Amino acid sequence: MSELNQILADLRTACEDPAARLRHYLSQGKKVVGCFPPYTPEELVHASGMIPIGLWGGHTELKRSKSYLPPFACPIMQANMEFGLGGSYQGLSAVIIPALCDTLRCMTQNWRFGVRDIPMIPIVYPQNRTSPASVDYLVSEYETVLTMLYTITGQMMNEKALCAAIDIYNEHNAAMRSFDRTANDHLDIITPQVRHTIHKSAFFYEKSEHTAILRAIVRELEQLPVCQWRGKKVLLAGIMCEPEEVLDILAENGIAVVADDLAQESRQYRTDTPVTGGGGLKRLAIQWNSRRGCSMIHELDKPRGKMMLQMCRETGAQGVISCMMKFCDPEEYDQPFYETELRKAGYPCLSIDIDQQNTSFEQIRTRLQTFGEML
Amino acid sequence: MSELSAAVPAAKPKRPKPKSMLMIGEQTAALFENARLAKERGEKVGWSASIFPQEIPETLGLNILYPENHAAGIAARHQADPFLQACEGPLGYSNDLCAYAKVNLAYAAVLNGESEVELPDGGKMVRPDFLLLTNNICNQLTKWYENLARQLNIPIFFIDTCYNPFDYVTETRVRYVRAQIDQLIQDLCAFTGKRWNEERFREVMAVSQRNSSLWERANDLLHHKPAPIGGFELFNYMSAMVCNRGKTSTTAIMEQLNAEMEEHIRAGTSTFPAREEFRVSWDGIACWPYLSHNLRTLKKYGINMVASSYGKAWAIEYDDLDGMARAYCFASTNGDNATTMISRRMEALKRFDCEGTIYHVNRSCKVMDCQMMEVQRQLSELAGVPFTAFDGDQADYRNYSEAQFETRIQGLVELMKTNKEAKSGV
Repeated sequence: MSELNQILADLRTACEDPAARLRHYLSQGKKVVGCFPPYTPEELVHASGMIPIGLWGGHTELKRSKSYLPPFACPIMQANMEFGLGGSYQGLSAVIIPALCDTLRCMTQNWRFGVRDIPMIPIVYPQNRTSPASVDYLVSEYETVLTMLYTITGQMMNEKALCAAIDIYNEHNAAMRSFDRTANDHLDIITPQVRHTIHKSAFFYEKSEHTAILRAIVRELEQLPVCQWRGKKVLLAGIMCEPEEVLDILAENGIAVVADDLAQESRQYRTDTPVTGGGGLKRLAIQWNSRRGCSMIHELDKPRGKMMLQMCRETGAQGVISCMMKFCDPEEYDQPFYETELRKAGYPCLSIDIDQQNTSFEQIRTRLQTFGEML
Repeated sequence: MSELSAAVPAAKPKRPKPKSMLMIGEQTAALFENARLAKERGEKVGWSASIFPQEIPETLGLNILYPENHAAGIAARHQADPFLQACEGPLGYSNDLCAYAKVNLAYAAVLNGESEVELPDGGKMVRPDFLLLTNNICNQLTKWYENLARQLNIPIFFIDTCYNPFDYVTETRVRYVRAQIDQLIQDLCAFTGKRWNEERFREVMAVSQRNSSLWERANDLLHHKPAPIGGFELFNYMSAMVCNRGKTSTTAIMEQLNAEMEEHIRAGTSTFPAREEFRVSWDGIACWPYLSHNLRTLKKYGINMVASSYGKAWAIEYDDLDGMARAYCFASTNGDNATTMISRRMEALKRFDCEGTIYHVNRSCKVMDCQMMEVQRQLSELAGVPFTAFDGDQADYRNYSEAQFETRIQGLVELMKTNKEAKSGV
């Protein structure tokens, strides 16, 4: 238990001070590349011998970013722009920005002109994934990313390194899924905040290191008696659920998170890269085309409602909380559909506004309290 | 004369509409009527994104309607409110979304029997059997059409045109888009039972090219001083380019428009209702719910909008399917990086001798707004012309303040005046 506590404390420190993780890798002589949400080809960075680190905003005072983004832009992008302009990301060799929504399209350009000392590498993922041509197109996008990575950092990958990186990422996916399953037997220890910390910390570690940490956590948990959770259980949907105060309010009200459909959390680990089917780049492109149920990726039939229903049934979640990132149009287009399906199937839904800069939680507290009582 | 009649000034006689505008009215009526008739005959009718390669459905003889254009019309006629309310109310959508999408999703809900909002046009935007989608304008279109497809249980024929972070359309994008065009033609034929006719396609493409060139020419004629028409008037002709780009009726309209403009140039006259004191460029989609207020305010200061980045998005040039793929990736500046955007605007500022730029901070359009500030800074420095920005919306009347618009324009006028005086040595 004490080992578990130590691991959890370390992960929490990593989430609270990602800059320390950056310094840690820099001190080892590693180069570090910042990866914007929600998806970037981290495997390419890894295979090039560098460390990818996730840039998912954070709490800050927005000042300089106001010269680039209107107040109705995504709060994560506002925070990233502020951090970039303010020098918090110094030490990164480059950032990769995926143009997956309208704001991210613009961020490629804002970064390019606003934060000139950290080069920007854009990637435009294909959205018509049923087109067979999308694979070749995405391979060419990956090749452009690789060329830019090499030009900027001087570090080049080879096929062997890429295949190894893909294996490392697949193992990490499996370890995350295994953790999620085990965590639901220990909801007394894996509070909403702890669960979030474990997921989020993955963005600040080299992935095989994080896999080892996850395995240690699972090992420790498995030695503990299964907790018969008497509180409520929910599924979180959306881009992310921060600040942590929101998660603490869930815990205060005896609500555990047993599953999530968050872009920052489970969506990252759902889809493995196939082990066969071509070279590494082609297999990564096939993995992109296999992703399901993400608001940022075009897909017919609005499948998220059905996916969440299944998750609720498998995990015993009694309701769903839509963590609506402010001004996130991709999520806003999905919400009416999945909420209707969930409600129809008898699962209550609650929508709360998510903004990392939020400092007042009384309204959210009251709403979550009422929701908990309703479940 | 009675007291009452003395108090009310005689109504100003309305300027007769130019022939080209009457032709536009007829063409628009025909578009909706033909779609209705096609539905009656049991043919499949589609809805399409506005910068879709329209030449494809035109070649197949399909009847296509355009939600963006239709929503703009509803907004301009001040009929958007019940749709916005229905969309944000019973349909459960966020207020944050694009107002074209909100109006259209609510309209579609009525056609689908899910809403009882009264259709001000009697339902002329007939229920679609399929959707044609490109994302060169924005990513919201992709989500909007996903939702329509699910709501109405109809297929989407999609060409992913890919955002261009580079200064040109990469060849790999052209290959990807070309492959999608080929597949789309095949799938659309299978779905609609129509046959692809290469000869007909070449004819349509020739018409479309002619129309694009005439449209560009009409836009370019605004470089004359004074400009032969008020620049806002060109917005009225956009439906010809958006909805009927591959039709000969558009050629007739564009020829007529060019002739009318040339006639004004010859006669030294203009339809702009005031003396042209200042020439400006307009950045962004028109603020349809307040077009007349925009125009009235600008007219007060003699400001003619002679260059718009918006309308020219439909001047699409190419001569084969590869060219089509490249052109549709590059058509909308929303799909291009800031360098391309700035160079296109810079060219327009120079060509039309603009003295200022008005930026519409369109609450509906994040893809325009989220890099606008950097574009403003760079462009203003490069071109040496001042700018102003105002808050508005392409279709949501709630996001605009008349007072703010007037103040911002006043401020711009002061700057333009100072520049003008400095230039003329006053």
